[in-house]
Parts: sequence; C-alpha cells; structure tokens
Amino acid sequence: MDAGEVPQEGNATLGGRRKAMYARGADGRLGTVASAGWEVEEIVTRQAVDELDRRAAAALAGVHAGTASLLEYHMYRARMDDSLLAQSTGLWRWRVRRHLRPAVFARLSTALLTRYAAALGIDVATLTSTPPR
Amino acid sequence: MSAFQHRHASHCESGVMSAIVRHYGLPLSEPMAFGLASALSFAWLPFIKLGGLPLVAYRMPPRAIVRGLQKPLGLRMRTETFRTPARGAARLDALLDEGKVVGLQTSVFWLPYFPQDLRFHFNAHNVLAYGRDPASGDYLLSDPVFEEPVRCAAADLARARFARGVLAPRGLLYYPAGQPQEPDWGTVIPAAIRKTVRVMLRTPLPIVGTRAMERVAAAIERLPASGDTRQGLLFIGHLVRMQEEIGTGGGGFRFMYAAFLQEAAGLAQRPALAELGDRLVDIGDGWREFALAAARMIRGRDAFAPSALGALLRRQAADERAFFQALERAL
Repeated sequence: MDAGEVPQEGNATLGGRRKAMYARGADGRLGTVASAGWEVEEIVTRQAVDELDRRAAAALAGVHAGTASLLEYHMYRARMDDSLLAQSTGLWRWRVRRHLRPAVFARLSTALLTRYAAALGIDVATLTSTPPR
Repeated sequence: MSAFQHRHASHCESGVMSAIVRHYGLPLSEPMAFGLASALSFAWLPFIKLGGLPLVAYRMPPRAIVRGLQKPLGLRMRTETFRTPARGAARLDALLDEGKVVGLQTSVFWLPYFPQDLRFHFNAHNVLAYGRDPASGDYLLSDPVFEEPVRCAAADLARARFARGVLAPRGLLYYPAGQPQEPDWGTVIPAAIRKTVRVMLRTPLPIVGTRAMERVAAAIERLPASGDTRQGLLFIGHLVRMQEEIGTGGGGFRFMYAAFLQEAAGLAQRPALAELGDRLVDIGDGWREFALAAARMIRGRDAFAPSALGALLRRQAADERAFFQALERAL
C-alpha cells in the first residue's frame, strides 16, 4: 500500500478519530499515515454492531410477548452472551441460562439481581423495569 | 526522567512497548518492537469462541511483545496481576508516584473514550498510564491507537482492568525493572526473524502458520452459498475485522512487519531484507483484496461466493509460504 492509497473515505464507526496505518511513502520508506477510515472496515464493524442490536431487539420483543426475560435483553445490550455473563458474574453457565427464562428471572433474589446489574454495568432498577418498545 | 511523549501507533501492544522503551532512553520504532519480539503470526483456533465466533489472529498471543523484547534489549519487565481492583489501583498509584510509566491490560468495552461502535468485549487492549490528574483523579493515559493522549476516570479504568471472560486481564500491569540496552542488531534481528519463519512454516499443528490459513480457507469453502447465509457472512465479516480493524496497521500486520524488515535491513546491514519488505507489502495488498471482496459480499454488492474467498485465502497462504522460505534463505 502506498501512502496515497491509504483510505481517507471516513468511517462513521471510528467516531471521528483517525488510525495509524503503515504505507509506503514517495521515497519508498514505510511509515505511519493517519487514515480517516476505509469503507470496508465500516461495513464489517456495522455488521457486527447490527447483529448485537438485532439480538437485543429480538429479546425486547420477547420481553413484551412474555417469552424472554429482561436479563436477556440487557445481556445483549451489554454486548455479552451467556458464557461471558456467566464469567462476569462468577455463576455457572447453566444457572445463567436458567435465569434467562422469564418465569425464573421474575423470582430472582435481590442479591442475584445486584450481581447481574453490577456485571452489566447498570443498576437494579434498570435491570428490572421494562423499557418501551 | 523527561516528560512522557505520546506517539500514534497502529497496534496497542507494540505501541505501548515501543513507548516504554523510548521513555527509558532507547529510540525504538513500533515496527522494530513488533518485529524484534517476533510478533507476526497467523493462528486459527476454532475451539475458542469470542462472542460465538472462532478465534483468528494475525499475530502472536497477547503479552508476546511485552515478553519478547526482554531478551534482545536486555530489559527485564516486571508484570503483576491482582486479586481485587482496590489492590490493583493502589499499586498503579504507587508506581505512578514513583514517576514510572506503566503498561496496563484492559477491556475495550469499559473504556469510555472509545467510540461506541468499537466497544466490544475484547480483553487484551494495552494502554500506558503516565500520570494522574490531582484535581479530578482521572488517569492520564497514552492509548497508542489514538492520535492524542486520553483521560479515564478511576472507576472506569478499574472496570476495564478487571473485566472477566476470555483473556481476562486480572489487573495486569507491567513496567521495566532496568534500562534497555542498545542491542547488537546484527545478532538480534536474524534471531527474531528466524523465530517468525519457524512459527509460520514449521509449527507442528496446522492451527498456526501458513497451514492455518488453508484451514480457514477450507472453513470458508464449507459455508453454504445460498439459503441462510447470515451466519456465513458474519463469519467472513469477523475475519475481516480481526485482519483490518483491531489495530493491525492494515493487512493483518503485514505492512507493519514490512516496515520492520526495511528498518532491519539498515540496522543489520542486510539489504536483501528491504527487498523482502517490498514483497511483503504486495502480500499485505493481497489481504486487503480479500477484505474488499468479503465486504462487497456482506453489503450485497456481490453474491456470496465462499469458493472465491477461499481461493483468495489459498493464494495468500501460498504467497506467504514462498515469502517466508525466501526470508529464511536471506538470513
């Protein structure tokens, strides 16, 4: 890649920051060039973010339909899955999976709710109140 | 000790380590830190899942650069992990009070200065702490992948240092225990390159090196080209993200390693390495071709064609095999 080929198309997922890329200058020496972003990266980052958002939206629809728990919604909102949530709380994965069921989640103790809220970086009130669609 | 100088780098760990070495008196570029630590690689570990997707890496595992620079530079690195965030924070403060600059392993997700779209649960991001604002208590961080130094509140940094999951940092911090020495470049450079050649060509298991690329190609070729392609497209998008986005300097670190070879040619007085660096730039361009082809399929501009992507990857594997064989002969 030559310095003139370093992508400067802009990449919304970079939030306005630039990243350093190694490219060949006019003298043939390789060095860093600040890149405003490449559309390719924007596409793949958006794809990953959209997939997480899709899971969270599906969980929220499930909450309103009574088939999913708020824990599942907040888990995907925090970009986690059941195995990462289990590791973050120090609970067994099978317990986390059980707690994802709406009937079981509704009966969770305050201690467990506090533990989940802390791992997700939210407070208990947020974890237990249903957001609108 | 002079004031700390921030420099924009493309990869976090090589950026932090080159900054530490420079701060302690030895001028060292980021590519030189990367190459001397033999950090270039290719690994395919489908049995380790990150967010449900298999682990693929274009470099050696985290901490390889922290450890790998010790021998060539005669630099002992102290590393410490902690049971509790309180102890980790106390130790960091004590080291900063001594005037040290301290490398930290963190999770990107909990660093608020990161753009929202890039905050995934990736636990092996390295930053350098060089001070603390007495008024607000914020840490002054040099995050090498940012153009300017950043700040981070104490509570956020504690979360990021003690995130759990795959590659959990457990509060890891590291700092040098002595001064780096100017090495005998004619010895350390060939030794570092030999190690990379060995990893790329002669790892006994086909999950590391050029053979691992062929395994990834085979995994792509097995994806269904029609019907439900969502999972397949997520997989190729994941490959491209690992290759281009996670602070690689482009082309899965191949451009950075090419910069190392070019610099090494001068320091070790082996002009053949500079020509090989040019050849590696072409290989890096090949990786970017793969990324572009994959992104067009994800966007739906081209039809999803796993066989075409697999063929591109097989070509990369063949090119890299020939390249590393030539690199070995040039030593």
